[in-house]
Amino acid sequence: MTRNLKQALFSALLVWAVAYPVLGLKLTIVGINLEVHGTSNMTLAIIAICSVLMFLRVLFNDTISKAWKSSPSMPLIPAKASNFLTLPTTQRWIIIALIVGALVWPFFGSRGAVDIATLILIYVMLGLGLNIVVGLAGLLDLGYVGFYAVGAYSYALLSHYLGWSFWVCLPVAGLMAATFGFLLGFPVLRLRGDYLAIVTLGFGEIIRLFLRNLTSITGGPNGISNIEKPTFFGLTFERKAAEGMQTFHEYFGLEYNSINKVIFLYLVALLLALGALFVINRLLRMPIGRAWEALREDEIACRALGLNPTVIKLSAFTLGASFAGFAGSFFAARQGLVTPESFTFIESAIILAIVVLGGMGSQLGVILAAVVMILLPEMMREFSEYRMLMFGALMVLMMIWRPQGLLPMQRPHMELRK
Amino acid sequence: MSREILKVENLSMRFGGLLAVNGVALTVKEKQVVALIGPNGAGKTTVFNCLTGFYKPSGGSILLDGQAIEGLAGHEIARKGVVRTFQNVRLFKDMTAVENLLIAQHRHLNTNFLAGLFKTPSFRKSEREAMEFAEYWLDKVNLKEFANRTAGTLAYGQQRRLEIARCMMTRPRILMLDEPAAGLNPKETEDLKALISVLREEHNVTVLLIEHDMKLVMSISDHIVVINQGTPLADGTPEQIRDNPEVIKAYLGEA
Repeated sequence: MTRNLKQALFSALLVWAVAYPVLGLKLTIVGINLEVHGTSNMTLAIIAICSVLMFLRVLFNDTISKAWKSSPSMPLIPAKASNFLTLPTTQRWIIIALIVGALVWPFFGSRGAVDIATLILIYVMLGLGLNIVVGLAGLLDLGYVGFYAVGAYSYALLSHYLGWSFWVCLPVAGLMAATFGFLLGFPVLRLRGDYLAIVTLGFGEIIRLFLRNLTSITGGPNGISNIEKPTFFGLTFERKAAEGMQTFHEYFGLEYNSINKVIFLYLVALLLALGALFVINRLLRMPIGRAWEALREDEIACRALGLNPTVIKLSAFTLGASFAGFAGSFFAARQGLVTPESFTFIESAIILAIVVLGGMGSQLGVILAAVVMILLPEMMREFSEYRMLMFGALMVLMMIWRPQGLLPMQRPHMELRK
Repeated sequence: MSREILKVENLSMRFGGLLAVNGVALTVKEKQVVALIGPNGAGKTTVFNCLTGFYKPSGGSILLDGQAIEGLAGHEIARKGVVRTFQNVRLFKDMTAVENLLIAQHRHLNTNFLAGLFKTPSFRKSEREAMEFAEYWLDKVNLKEFANRTAGTLAYGQQRRLEIARCMMTRPRILMLDEPAAGLNPKETEDLKALISVLREEHNVTVLLIEHDMKLVMSISDHIVVINQGTPLADGTPEQIRDNPEVIKAYLGEA
């Protein structure tokens, strides 16, 4: 008991030691000086309550953990439901229902909601692409945002200098990103694990810095603005069409409404994300998809069976990069502006977090995680100061309750028919 | 008899100051079963690793059908028809037995990206044939009923058999087995013996194996090579090896 008491006192003091400097002091600028003030009594009271709670928690640790254990354990998602949710057939039905819902709802949703949904779809695309590299092939890539940047700048530059339209540039941007993935993959893929992660991280940053410093072409830190939006078979969604173009609302005899443009962008994003989903679904059932997973499990066995590890890794890297390229060119079109600051390391981290949070290799998981990761910060704008704190808390909770991800992957096993 | 398929001369492998393999020579004729034996740590697996391209030998020559293959990458040698199993089974544990066999057929499948994307008839046909080939071999090694089980959940003896079946998927000419009987019970060892002779008689496979089970080695080998501390000690038919005083000394120590 005395040991517990000692520990409890120490923990309570620790609460003060950690919380007081962070929350209990306030810095204000008076003239040119920085002054330190104590905060309101309210904050101090909260800290005091927290420390008391901590004291009690540690003091009665044994009793609490005993009570916790004796109560029937309730996992976050019951095992049966989790198993059902991750079955390939269930996932297919859920996906079909989601697609129908996703096609219909924007016509009834608010403009802001559709806009956020478009952003989510971009991240779904990115997550699916990175999922190939990290989830399937097991190559930890921290520079994925580099290929996203390549895609975005490909469209921005082609549109700015040559006036090419979005639909022409889309495949070009994918191809450019794939080419970059291929070129960077060559030197990088002899490394593995942590080393690979660090080198790809470096490459991601190099691409960003390169774009930033190539001022004469990319506009440096100012980026490229006034990028054209996608058109609907040549019909623009602007209020007034440019020379020789027609607007969507004039052609169909509708009243001009700016929400049309938002919905159209959303539908384009949905189309791209569904395309990515389809391709990856097929890849999983193709020899190359199987080879990726085999390589992740045992590279030596693969080599002994005549599979060329370099080619297989490179194909994963290249294909993953091309999805980032598609997402990037759409991002540039939606935003109408690209700057190097959109492609910082934190973006890579968010995409990776989506993959890990969703469950490595799981596609439905990636979609769900993208929704969580993008929607939560949007919904909690008032708490934006604590975003990183919540982010960290989410990760810690995930590690405790569902280390395999929200909806871990169940592979579509190839089976022998009896 | 038949012609030479693999000829190894003066093979040596050095790890820093340690000469793990020194001047090993080996001649394997078509459809023979050749055993490589020696005490623990003699360098048998190192020889295997050199032959299959996992190590780049420091010296010597390896000729497959008169063509030099030393220093080629592992997958290139495997594609020439030299395929191996491992001392500690290396299956893809999270995949089903039949998937393990499909992966080994990678090179013989239709890997065209667009064909796979749109499930063209030629892609379906290639996948179906791969399935049938896998099924045929699962049947051969008595694992058909376990086809859809994940490989990691199979019993040890079954995993060993699955690994041999997986090698057969690549249509090998030389099958190299690293201690195939380790951890098998007497019944399973008998089955293995039968399987090896089936491979040789019906599928024209040449077998090179490392094995400690002398009863097995003596009964199936046409030729035995003994190495001790990295150097060749003896070389001959099972009868010659059995009576060789040098070999007895290496294995049992001096009297």
